Amino acid sequence: MILKLVFKNAFRQKLRAALTILGMCIVILAFGMLRTVISAWYAGVAASSANRLVTRNAISLIFSLPISYKEKIRSVNGVNIVSYGNWFGGVYIEEKNFFANFAVEPVTYLNLYPEFILSEEQKTAFFRDRKSCVAGQKLAKRFGWKINDSITLKGTIFPGNWEFVLRGIYDGRDETIDETQFFFHWDYLNETVKKSAPRRADMVGFYMIGIAKADSAASIAQTVDGLFKNSYAETLTETEKAFQMSFVSFSEAILTAIRLVSFMVIVIIMAVVANTMAMSVRERMREYAVFKTLGFGAFHILGLILGESLVITSVGGTIGIALTFPVVKAFGKAVSNWIPVFIVEPETIYMDIAAILMVGVVAAIIPSWRAVTMRIADGLRSIG
Amino acid sequence: MENKTPVVRIKELSKSYRRGSQIIPVLQNITLDINAGDFLALMGPSGSGKSTLLNLIAGLDQADQGSIIVGDADITLLSETELADWRAGHVGFIFQFYNLIPVLSAYENVELPLILTDLSKKKRRDHVEHALSLVGLEDRMDHYPSQLSGGQQQRVAIARAVVTDPTLLVADEPTGDLDRKSAEDVLQLMERLSKELGKTIIMVTHDPRAAKRACSMKYLDKGILANDTETRL
Repeated sequence: MILKLVFKNAFRQKLRAALTILGMCIVILAFGMLRTVISAWYAGVAASSANRLVTRNAISLIFSLPISYKEKIRSVNGVNIVSYGNWFGGVYIEEKNFFANFAVEPVTYLNLYPEFILSEEQKTAFFRDRKSCVAGQKLAKRFGWKINDSITLKGTIFPGNWEFVLRGIYDGRDETIDETQFFFHWDYLNETVKKSAPRRADMVGFYMIGIAKADSAASIAQTVDGLFKNSYAETLTETEKAFQMSFVSFSEAILTAIRLVSFMVIVIIMAVVANTMAMSVRERMREYAVFKTLGFGAFHILGLILGESLVITSVGGTIGIALTFPVVKAFGKAVSNWIPVFIVEPETIYMDIAAILMVGVVAAIIPSWRAVTMRIADGLRSIG
Repeated sequence: MENKTPVVRIKELSKSYRRGSQIIPVLQNITLDINAGDFLALMGPSGSGKSTLLNLIAGLDQADQGSIIVGDADITLLSETELADWRAGHVGFIFQFYNLIPVLSAYENVELPLILTDLSKKKRRDHVEHALSLVGLEDRMDHYPSQLSGGQQQRVAIARAVVTDPTLLVADEPTGDLDRKSAEDVLQLMERLSKELGKTIIMVTHDPRAAKRACSMKYLDKGILANDTETRL
């Protein structure tokens, strides 16, 4: 019966309860969206493997490294596989059609990224043809590309029109994998550059290193960088996660602001629910006095008020969580050109649940304390 | 046969309230015995301390000085939690404004004090049905307070007060909010509870007609209990 009373109390003032639930629902939805934006920002970091290292020029990413480093890196103990590539920065038709495109060594690169799922047939076709390329399925869908379609990218870093034939469309192993990338043969880039700008030939933007044991990453990175110490192109080797983080850190201030806003909305709804609970409890002081008169103790009174508060926040929060999925999906679709992975992470839902519980508990603290410490005689005199 | 064993023994009881730096005495040196089965009316002008005395006897408030022994327990020595447990088992309350929980049915309101007991659901149902039949409302058990008249609500409140079979029934102006007919019904019911079931009842009232239904009357004035007791057989 106490549980029934908790639910009945929660919806006694229907309009007030409905508005508070609506507020809670919107806040949890907003919180979920903001947290999803943050996790989308970190999608590259989250998808990175502990068994992959990235080696780049120690001065800056915009400076390249000689291709001759490959064999030296390969010889380091603990290194399984070495791939390499360049950020190509090509534009498809017009600049607004932005997507990430790389020139890579195809066999080693796909070996290093088993999360890009490509059929054997498409893989073989991709490896065989130097002018071939592979695109993520979201990217292919965006531009209506099909296998064997010709695609022309306008080079920005490497001038000219670059022609490719689409030989493969990859799927991500799971929804956290970016399906908007575009790869083609580094050899194709290098051979063309050799003719047009020989000084830029045989240079790579980065090396990707596959290592056997994640816990030896630090020592391998140190060894690799030691190999090229005092050379004209010193290297900086770091884990893929650290490499991805260096990009995220550029926008750290924005992310901090988004984080702050996400917590602020929780604080605001906390005040709103606390106000609702304070009003409800003040109106029912006499009832709580009756409960105390009948022998109900502080624990029961606390249970009634806390329960009511949690019912309101849970109903609103649950609706908010349920709405987060379709809203994030719709939003993700709208921004998929700029944010390739936009999904609700389990951590976001856990944080939603924690926020719901925290708001429910915090909002009930002061009203419960008032009801519990109220003198019965005063409570019986109070007018609801 | 008349039972003359005191069920409530009050000795040199005092209570005062503090308003700012001022201390206002409300009850002064009250000594009073109430026998088992008595139906006592406490009368007096507003501010005389009647309700305060009732609250102290019922364990709703704590005295500054003196003792109140109900049955075997000196309730002035009990902590807040112990008092709450004691009230649940020993005191039934009837209020002027009924104080039913509006979102619970008559049945649920009466069942409320039994939630704190170890009784099974079936036993609780038996007790509630019995209490509601005692006040003549067995056919209204599914009604909510808003669907009942004032007199019916007060009868539900009486059923709630007696459902645990308490040692003591305390009533604070039980007819104060009722029309004459309903007040008469409630008083008749209380008289029955006293005479037929042997319940000890302490009733605070302003209404001389209500007081006349009690076995005895005590007067309080300015926190002092008058020596004379009007007894009615």
